[in-house]
Amino acid sequence: MIPLSWYLAVAAILFVIGFYGVLSRRNAIAILMGIELMLNAVNLNLVAFWRYTQPDQVAGQVFAIIVITVAAAEAAVGLALFIALYRLRGTVHIDEIDLLRG
Amino acid sequence: MTLQDFMPILPEMVLLATAVAVLMVDTFLGDKRWLTWVGLVGVLLAGAATYWLALQPPADFQDMAASDAYTAFFRLVILVVTGLGLLMAMNWLEAHGEQQGEYNALLLLAAIGMTLMAAATHMLTLFVALELFSLCLYILAGFERERASSGEAALKYLLLGAFSSALFLYGIALVYAATGALTFAGIAQKASLSPLFLAGVGLLIVGFGFKVAAVPFHMWTPDVYQGAPTPVTAYMSVATKAAAFAAFVRLFVGTLGVEKSAWVPALAALAVLTMVVGNLAALSQHSLKRMLAYSSIAHAGYVLVGLAAANTTGTAAVLFYLLVYAFMNLGAFAVVIALERQGEGDVTLSQMRGLARTHPLLAAAMAIFMFSLTGVPPFAGFFGKLYLFQAAVQANLTWLAVIGVISSAVSAYYYLNVLVQIYMADPETPPTLAWRPVLGLATLVAVVFVVGIGLFPDFWLQLALGGMRVILG
Repeated sequence: MIPLSWYLAVAAILFVIGFYGVLSRRNAIAILMGIELMLNAVNLNLVAFWRYTQPDQVAGQVFAIIVITVAAAEAAVGLALFIALYRLRGTVHIDEIDLLRG
Repeated sequence: MTLQDFMPILPEMVLLATAVAVLMVDTFLGDKRWLTWVGLVGVLLAGAATYWLALQPPADFQDMAASDAYTAFFRLVILVVTGLGLLMAMNWLEAHGEQQGEYNALLLLAAIGMTLMAAATHMLTLFVALELFSLCLYILAGFERERASSGEAALKYLLLGAFSSALFLYGIALVYAATGALTFAGIAQKASLSPLFLAGVGLLIVGFGFKVAAVPFHMWTPDVYQGAPTPVTAYMSVATKAAAFAAFVRLFVGTLGVEKSAWVPALAALAVLTMVVGNLAALSQHSLKRMLAYSSIAHAGYVLVGLAAANTTGTAAVLFYLLVYAFMNLGAFAVVIALERQGEGDVTLSQMRGLARTHPLLAAAMAIFMFSLTGVPPFAGFFGKLYLFQAAVQANLTWLAVIGVISSAVSAYYYLNVLVQIYMADPETPPTLAWRPVLGLATLVAVVFVVGIGLFPDFWLQLALGGMRVILG
């Protein structure tokens, strides 16, 4: 069987890639994709921990399913807001969305 | 599962039914103002359910959420804030022609998430509750779709909120890995200072830091508070704080209390940064909403002092302060709503000039809120700060209390500057007022509580102590 640490390493790498995406991307949709990567890294972690530490309980698995659901809701709300803003400003580049500052 | 099992979350069920009812009634009702009253009846019923539950022995919902004196305290705070939030938005929605049904329903759904935050005793409940109220607030922040700054606020709030949720979630996963448990009780049993556990706790602090707007996780706050519609800003500035701190205290002081030494220094450092940066940044603001945003950051810092003290008096002071802060900040925002000009979504300091001459009552209300936010006796804000700093001294964190007192002295400058503008400056143009009876009612309630809690602080402190005894035994 593949050791637990491999899963955790993959999850950590995925998380850091997502993190980097959030910090480096300027397009709101790309940032949202980075956040999705981070959430999926957490899912991987949860399922791996569940499988290796307490496979007789479903808590970790259920948590992962609920995270997927919440991520979907978040993406739906996020994209709706982006579209509403795009109609007004014609862009979702966060460098150009700068009415509020100071 | 029987119906009886749902009793511990009865107030949330009532709120859910109300939110659905508001959406249904919206479809066939001509006069949309009734929606506010439907929502308000729901909030009152949920309040009655909370009171009834408080008289019952403590119960829990499938090990997911607990209904005890602590939950009851926060349910009452959040329900009162939600009721006032509905009232404050009523005239505003009418004047701006926004959809009242969706607004009221979203506000009620956010309230469910917030009360569940206080009740949560399982990481899953905590996460879902956090996301529930966050998602509602993202939408509410962008509710004024015609105004670009509202959309911008929503975008920034969503991106940073989702980002912080991801960090928070990673923290939960690491704590789960270290302890093998997701219930708070299980985590408390297995808590140990392993690297995995500490990393998890660190990420949880970051996640909570974002939600309560602690420095250095506060970057979103000024922009979101300034850009969001003012009634939404008013609601989220107080309700989000109460909800996030409710879970913060239960999880850290209650569950992770045994490993106090690991997180108290981190929270003390956060408290110092938050108080100092919040107050200094507020000094140079011209927009009233932005100033109140930085002031709310500073207030999160004061509350963190009580959390860092991590004793019974400190955490009871946290509860007391959140209650007091809810009324004084909502009141201040109610005045901003009254002064706001159509389509601008913001009020500058110079717009307040000479308000006392044209509207003496409103000016007096604003004076009470500003004095209370500064911490001038006999208003409620004074006792809130007194209890917090007292607890810090008891916990051998005197230096923290000293920094708190100094930074709150700095805050007097910008709060009293508002009063100088109102009472001493001559108006350039007379302040125009969107003053309506319902908004006046909300302001009056806030004034009554700010003065009332200031005159009888002991009753409310005992209530907070009763809540804390559940957590700390």
